[in-house]
Amino acid sequence: MQNALQIVYLIPLLPLIGFLINGLGRKHLSKSLIGLIGSGVILASFVLSIWVFLQVKGGNTHIAHYFNFIKVGDLTIPFAFQIDQLSSVFLLIITGVGFLIHVYSTSYMHEEKTEHFGRYFAYLNLFVFSMLLLVMGANYVILFIGWEGVGLCSYLLIGYWFKKPEYNKAANKAFIMNRIGDLAFLIAIFWIITRAGSVNFNDVFAVAKGEVEFRAFKPVDITVVTLLLFIGATGKSAQIPLYTWLPDAMAGPTPVSALIHAATMVTAGIYMIARSNILYSMSAVTMNVVAYVGLATALLAATIALKQNDIKKVLAYSTVSQLGFMFLALGTGNYVAAVFHVMTHAFFKALLFLGSGSVIHAMGGEQDIRNMGGLSKKLTITYVTFLIGCIAISGIPPFSGFFSKDAILLSAFEHNKILYGIALFTAMLTAFYMFRLLFITFSGKFRGTQEQEHHLHESPAAITIPLIILAVLSIVGGFVGVPEALLHGGDRLGEFLAPVIAPAKHASPVSHNTEYGLMALSSILVIIMIIFAWFKFRNYRRSEATGFGKVLENKWYVDELYDKIIVNPLHKFGGFLKSVIEKSVIDGLVNGVGKAVNYGSRQLRLLQSGQAGSYVLLMVLSMLLVFVVQFFLRK
Amino acid sequence: MIPVLLILLPLLTGLVTFFIKDEKTARSWALLASIATLAVSLLGLTVMNDATHLAHKAQWLQTIGSSFSVKVDGMGQLLCLLTAISFPLIFLSTWHSNYKKANNFFALMLLGQAGLMGVFVAMDALLFYFFWELALIPMYFLASQWGGEKRIKATFKFFIYTFVGSVLMLIGILYLQSKTPDHSFALQSFYNLSLPKGTQNWVFWLFFVAFAIKMPVWPFHTWQPDAYEQSPTATTMVLSGIMVKMGLLGVIRWLMPVLPVASYQNGDMVMSMAVVGIVYASLIAIRSDDIKRLIAYSSIAHIGLMCMALFAENKSGMQGVMIQMFNHGINIIGLWIMVEVIERQYGTRKLSELGGLAQKAPVMAIFFVIVALANIALPLTNAFAGEFLMFNSLLSAKTSYLYAILFTVFAGLGIILAAVYTLNMIRKIFFGELTALTANAQDIKLNEKLVMGIIVILVFWFGVYPQALLNITDELSQVLVNKMEISHLLRKQ
Repeated sequence: MQNALQIVYLIPLLPLIGFLINGLGRKHLSKSLIGLIGSGVILASFVLSIWVFLQVKGGNTHIAHYFNFIKVGDLTIPFAFQIDQLSSVFLLIITGVGFLIHVYSTSYMHEEKTEHFGRYFAYLNLFVFSMLLLVMGANYVILFIGWEGVGLCSYLLIGYWFKKPEYNKAANKAFIMNRIGDLAFLIAIFWIITRAGSVNFNDVFAVAKGEVEFRAFKPVDITVVTLLLFIGATGKSAQIPLYTWLPDAMAGPTPVSALIHAATMVTAGIYMIARSNILYSMSAVTMNVVAYVGLATALLAATIALKQNDIKKVLAYSTVSQLGFMFLALGTGNYVAAVFHVMTHAFFKALLFLGSGSVIHAMGGEQDIRNMGGLSKKLTITYVTFLIGCIAISGIPPFSGFFSKDAILLSAFEHNKILYGIALFTAMLTAFYMFRLLFITFSGKFRGTQEQEHHLHESPAAITIPLIILAVLSIVGGFVGVPEALLHGGDRLGEFLAPVIAPAKHASPVSHNTEYGLMALSSILVIIMIIFAWFKFRNYRRSEATGFGKVLENKWYVDELYDKIIVNPLHKFGGFLKSVIEKSVIDGLVNGVGKAVNYGSRQLRLLQSGQAGSYVLLMVLSMLLVFVVQFFLRK
Repeated sequence: MIPVLLILLPLLTGLVTFFIKDEKTARSWALLASIATLAVSLLGLTVMNDATHLAHKAQWLQTIGSSFSVKVDGMGQLLCLLTAISFPLIFLSTWHSNYKKANNFFALMLLGQAGLMGVFVAMDALLFYFFWELALIPMYFLASQWGGEKRIKATFKFFIYTFVGSVLMLIGILYLQSKTPDHSFALQSFYNLSLPKGTQNWVFWLFFVAFAIKMPVWPFHTWQPDAYEQSPTATTMVLSGIMVKMGLLGVIRWLMPVLPVASYQNGDMVMSMAVVGIVYASLIAIRSDDIKRLIAYSSIAHIGLMCMALFAENKSGMQGVMIQMFNHGINIIGLWIMVEVIERQYGTRKLSELGGLAQKAPVMAIFFVIVALANIALPLTNAFAGEFLMFNSLLSAKTSYLYAILFTVFAGLGIILAAVYTLNMIRKIFFGELTALTANAQDIKLNEKLVMGIIVILVFWFGVYPQALLNITDELSQVLVNKMEISHLLRKQ
């Protein structure tokens, strides 16, 4: 086999096989075998993905058509994969980071019972399978299959410890919130079908560009479709108003959080919009909505993250916030920057989550940072890698986060100075809450119990090696997208993606000097925030939040608001329908009719049993009617 | 040949069953008979898949213009296959249930099967009516003799509803027959009728109410949760998995092509009723504590969507309904099997009294979760393609643009609400801590594993390759949609 593109189906198929083996054999296989199979299939997919990537880099793209999934009338939905620049980048991220998370899990989950261990790895493989389907699909329907698939897997994994009711509730919430978005996505697909008569990306974009006879999108169609798709993305990628499931999703095991936040799931929305960039660029209205919703989410989540005390919650809100940045990039037309940030974010967010897992592991399950402190001495590798993650997410050059965030800030600046101002402010908050987390956790005195202190230890190699690899990637990952101002031809990612994503339109291009100025400004402000955090939190002492801090700690009471205005009224309305309308009104009417018939039939009833009587009555009446009609017909 | 066998096999074996006094023998006999019927149905799909084998016509009540005309068309293929697959699964899964007078129970079940097969293949209106009653009557007895505590009340309500429906339909059939030039009950003669608008309208409602009760469509549905709750589970499976399709088949074969103008004109009305039903039933399902009632209401919502898709009057909807009739049957039977196990083991169907079963019965949990998620049309399960096509049909429904959007959005709420009640049900049954009732739980038995295994295979097979089902009904759907298309020509004149 000379061409990897002919066997791309193996990339999702291998994790699916891993899922089946581990799922069906979970009671019969040993833990090491389960771990080996679970990680092995992902590694194999990763190797294939590299091969595919090299092919694509050499200029080969490919649409692999397998069979017709649905064919009705003029509508044909093939089961087909599209391998091009965009999907190959995502393939690398998903399988690469996914593989590290699998390796990490073999150690992290080792105390689980064997059958649950098998179940865990089966779900993990299924998750990767769904995500691969999502990015490989050559049309919106295959994308949607993966889209719902990751929703299902997140549901299964968030509720992995199924004995705890609140975990199951979090799992339900994730699935249902995602389904709200999915509905919008579905309607968008139907809308596309009515206009383009096809769901294949290439066909749809051709119609949008006006290259197809007799088929056309009107501007309003484009706006409706892109907005609906965007609503779908707010569900999957946790944006306002559908973001509240993601922080609750922390109920799952920590490596799962890393998988959801870094390699799979939440990046789906970004991928989908980047994939549809041709449509999005045609609707200014949608672009503005995307940009503003993204920015608002980034800011809102960052404010909440300031006051959270659960190590994973802080990271969760930071993900919501970083996703907001990515949507800001999309909304300002800089799709490449969004994909770039997906990539760097995958590195440092996986690193941070896995690092937090190492901390939680060492602390014997403790997640509250108020009970930590001073961990840097005992957990050296975890500390250093976590520090690297914090620097990367804060955007200090030359760490990876700097380059991707800089690209986003720059396009915001070119777009609108107010957007830029708020984005910059949010970036400052990011640095502040991340270093707050770092200092409270790793500096100062240990505040936990003696038993915990005694138990503190660095994690084993299966945990630290993925951390080190991710740390290296978090440092150097940004060099694929060095801005033109710093290095001529440095934006290699942008060049690579150019065939799929038209290069960003520069509304009002800025000079290189302005660019240097902006970079310096953001770097200096971020460093100031870090120093500020150092003074504030290096010797943290616990204190209750008050006033506005309380509002932030309670996440602006958004969950409570949703309960009050949506969940509870619907619940009450359902109860009203059940006990009043159904019982009294409709059934009352029917029973009235029933009583009347019953009364009438009593006169005719010959048999004692009500049932047999009714039955005979029916037959008699039917026969009578036949005879009567026959009589009329004869005439 | 095939359709005659499909009717006669269960009919004759059913009659014989009355005389088998030994319970075990009766049960085995019924299972064997149903497997034989399945074999015939599969033959009709594969080897004997041609016109000579799939149609049959004989003389019957010639004086009044009726003949024994039966034919297995694309829709017949799917529904007969569903019926043929379901009965062995039902018998197998309820293998350990004990019935008083088991011979009568199994005999009535098989008679019901014969009636159902007849309904699905009858090409003569009187014959259709005859089988319609033949299918229903055994169900009354099954529900009233072997049902739950409140069976008498539930059966009576069921009876009243269907009685009203039957009478209305009979009047409609007789009226249409009188209007045909050759005074014939043949389906083709009905198709050749072109009645004036006004007449079509009132005849439409005669038929529609009969079929709406059977499906059921809101607000004609209140017999259904009671009947499902009170009937023995084997009967409930027949009622909900197969019998509701009688109503849909009625609309597809006997109503819309016969009265295309009225069907078009009343489309908005019907779709509005159905969409109200979807939201209404879904909300009640969320508040239901009894698993049987929850599934009953969820079924109302699902059938409501199928009814809407039919009146969207396009091929996407028609094909979606065709395959969904099959897949919905498979999934809901799977759900009932699980409910039966739960009720038999723990003596309760109340969600509030269950919990933590996944610890004790992991295999059951897996099967339940798979069929429950298939029931809410997760992609790559069998219900997805049908639901996708049906929703797709709504947005391009033959109605005003605004209505089409509203219908799609409100029906779409059903997708979200379905996730709510399904996940809540799963959570309350399987997750959390064990309760007093579930502490001594056992996992499902071999026969149940076997049946659920078959169902899960069907779920994924037709989930990954729905085209296999779509191919069967493709031609018929096109013909039917073309028949409805005529209505728009009429309207413009």
